[in-house]
Amino acid sequence: MRVLLLADNVSFRYAAGTPLVVDRVTIRLAEGALTGVLGPNGSGKTTLLRLLSGSRRPTSGRVLLRDRPLDRLTRREAARQIAVVPQETELAFEYTAMEIVLMGRHPHLGVFTVEGAEDVRIAQEAMAATGTGHLTERPFHELSGGEKQRVVIAGALAQSASLLLLDEPTASLDLGYQLDISSLLTRLNQDRGVTMAISTHDLNLAASICRELILMRDGNVIASGPTIDVLTPEHIRRLYDVDADVQVHGHTGHMTVVPVRRTAK
Amino acid sequence: MSIRRRLIVVLGACTVFTLAVMVWAPTVGSTAISLSRVFDRSVGWDSNVDAQIFFVARLPRVLAGALVGATLAAAGVVLQALLRNPLASPFTLGVSAGAALGAMLAVTTRLEFGLLGITSIPLASFAGSLAATAIVYALAASQRRGLSTNVLLLAGVTLNTFFSALILFVQYIADFAEALRAIRWMMGGLEVAGYTPIVAALPFVLLAFGAFAVLPRTLNLLSVGAEAASARGVDVAAAQRLAFFSASLATGAAVSLGGPIGFIGIVVPHLVRLLVGADHRIVLPASALFGASFLVLCDLAARTVMSPLEIPVGVVTALIGGPFFLWLLVKRS
Repeated sequence: MRVLLLADNVSFRYAAGTPLVVDRVTIRLAEGALTGVLGPNGSGKTTLLRLLSGSRRPTSGRVLLRDRPLDRLTRREAARQIAVVPQETELAFEYTAMEIVLMGRHPHLGVFTVEGAEDVRIAQEAMAATGTGHLTERPFHELSGGEKQRVVIAGALAQSASLLLLDEPTASLDLGYQLDISSLLTRLNQDRGVTMAISTHDLNLAASICRELILMRDGNVIASGPTIDVLTPEHIRRLYDVDADVQVHGHTGHMTVVPVRRTAK
Repeated sequence: MSIRRRLIVVLGACTVFTLAVMVWAPTVGSTAISLSRVFDRSVGWDSNVDAQIFFVARLPRVLAGALVGATLAAAGVVLQALLRNPLASPFTLGVSAGAALGAMLAVTTRLEFGLLGITSIPLASFAGSLAATAIVYALAASQRRGLSTNVLLLAGVTLNTFFSALILFVQYIADFAEALRAIRWMMGGLEVAGYTPIVAALPFVLLAFGAFAVLPRTLNLLSVGAEAASARGVDVAAAQRLAFFSASLATGAAVSLGGPIGFIGIVVPHLVRLLVGADHRIVLPASALFGASFLVLCDLAARTVMSPLEIPVGVVTALIGGPFFLWLLVKRS
């Protein structure tokens, strides 16, 4: 498989004199991959995604997008290839769902050009793909958490990028929406070939949709590889200080994790 | 409706309304004049009193009102998006307090200097606004990456208070006539003497509007959040700098022309958003146009309601703007 994005020995700290949040991490995202990034709070998952999207530059090391250094691209060029779904979207003003999705076309438009019919078509298609086609004229702030998240994902799709980075996309959603989002992501990955990296605390979500996992703790990658090899009780203990029972769920065919007890730190 | 259609409809309507207000406003006043006589070519300039009142006495004031109104409203829109705070105004970041202190010092030190026909008070107030802008920027940019909008807000609010204290101090030690003159300046007014002050402010306003012209879609993205904007292809640090400096420059130029006329920069953008939605590509130009007509109408009220007494236009905008602002505040929560 061709490597789409390579983070080569990247480290990052937010300000001089503070500890490294990401510490000499090397990861590869192959074309078409659906990779989960797991780790406890403060392990550096969100920061790693920021380095991968280019919204932050690594303090040392480099990120290559299709063999080109990411920091040589302008933000516009990078955004045409990498889209991001942030953990939460808080608006300062009352945009409609369609306006939010159309903002995804920003990197494809000139300074004074407005969205044309083609851009609107792409946005509508993205909304249809995320099951939000009926929400176009609704004010974003009136939508439910699940609807908001799907509209934001539609906006990322409208960016027509080949890589989608999602930061805890199901964190604040109820069980039904969690399933909606996970099946949506699987579908987008399989049908459209969108490469994805997803940070999450939901081990069962990761187990059900991700084919590879990256486990992070204290800014380091402690394990990575195919989900079935990586998602072991030993790794979960090292990651979260939790004893867990990991089994293959007979009905769904993917692994399930049941936390049992907290171990001593 | 597509964005292109909405732009044409909304901006077309706003332009027609604003032009109508600007042509009508100079005909109203203590002496009624008629437009047909103003533009009657058969009467010579020397004997055409209507034309003299129109072009010499009233039009400069209307143009100044339109320029200041458009500038403050547009700067308000830009700063609200930059700070992601719909309650921000052009004066939130200390620009007007800096300008007021500058004007205050010019009044009390009785330094009479001028440049290209511009008197010391507008020059000093413009210098004060630039100084305040520089201080706030230096504070907010001390962080390594981009502007911290929180620091911007806190620095601006603190600087406002600090400058206000300095102004009070200078007022306290100034003599009565000077203090009164300075207080009158701070109420805001559009009694410009001829076209020169307008022409002097124009290049700075145009420069700022040039920056405003490239900003709107970026402002949409900034108001969704800095991280999201960056992920959508916005160079956040550069966009924030452009927004901050252009809005500050515009505010400084407007204040040097009309004094710190309050509430335009907050009332107008909110009204416009209620009418046309949140897209800055429409909100920004529509606010500029509506801000122009709004201030011209407020000034019309200021000079006619208690005629022959003139109320400072800043008092009129505050009397309308204050209750409106409170209503918005209650409606939001």
